[in-house]
Amino acid sequence: MQNNIIIAIVLMAFVTYLPRFLPLLYLSKRRLSPLAKSWLSYVPVAVLSALLGPALFLKEGYLNLVPASNPYFLAAFPTFIVALWTRNMFIGVLTGIGSVALLRLFLGFYC
Amino acid sequence: MGKNFRESFYIAFKDGATRSLPIVLGYIPIGLAFGILAANVGLNSLETTFMSIIVYAGSAQLISLGLIESQAGLFTIVMTTFLVNLRHTLMSAALSPHLKHLSRLQQAYFAFELTDESFAVHSRDFKGETNPVAIRLFTTNTLAHLSWVSGSALGFYTGALFTNLESWGIDYALPAMFIALLAMQLDNKRKYLVGAFAMLLSTFLFILPVGHWYIIIATLAGATAGALLDLRQERKV
Repeated sequence: MQNNIIIAIVLMAFVTYLPRFLPLLYLSKRRLSPLAKSWLSYVPVAVLSALLGPALFLKEGYLNLVPASNPYFLAAFPTFIVALWTRNMFIGVLTGIGSVALLRLFLGFYC
Repeated sequence: MGKNFRESFYIAFKDGATRSLPIVLGYIPIGLAFGILAANVGLNSLETTFMSIIVYAGSAQLISLGLIESQAGLFTIVMTTFLVNLRHTLMSAALSPHLKHLSRLQQAYFAFELTDESFAVHSRDFKGETNPVAIRLFTTNTLAHLSWVSGSALGFYTGALFTNLESWGIDYALPAMFIALLAMQLDNKRKYLVGAFAMLLSTFLFILPVGHWYIIIATLAGATAGALLDLRQERKV
């Protein structure tokens, strides 16, 4: 494999690019039906939630909602509330980072 | 070039740069992690930065390092990358109605820098906006891309210096950004329902496990549920 790494990287780039480009290329000049528009309008919420679920609820592949050992889950609450309240992404991100840092500092878990 | 052009260019550039800040904040530490791991796996500096430039997909790049380390074949690496990144199809489709005004070449470049994070920022900003200024879009995307590449290179060369990022909570930057962007998307009750549904479903699928399909399946199911709720609402009215 080691000798083929550049080839692997080029192929990885190719298979990554097609899904990013083809829908934009084909759909952007087309009129979409109201149903298609309604469906697409839910994609951001659905995809963000789908990415977040396992990241927040699981730890090392197992369900973990114990606040004392899963800072990612616990920190999600202040992050969400502050973001909802301020409507400012930067403040939301800083709240999240700060919460995790404080949880690790005071609760003593390192995870 | 006249003064007006320069002025509006500057305004759009500054606007784009401001919007890229949260992405940059998340990409530098993850890029560092990628660079450190790439060096450990045995990639050279050219391969490491080249991958970050032309693939530009965090999770797929990190997964590929694991596969390279375990001596996986070319087919496995490319196929896994394809599956992991297939979710971008949906993001590309969702942004397409807002990018009609771009030329083909501009669309091709925009797609090259379409990531989870750039998608989330743009889809937030495109609500109620028509024909967003191209310079702003490309400034946000390109600065994010640059921060990813520089993070990777920095990690490769200075990896040993950055071992304590976790105690600062920096590893939470990307989840926090997704949470904040999700909060900003939630402008009606149906979206809360769709979000909760997709979140639980993807967690369930992840445990099952269905390999890397969990994001795509949960997104398709979530968007379909949302569209069905819209249809039902229309019938009622």
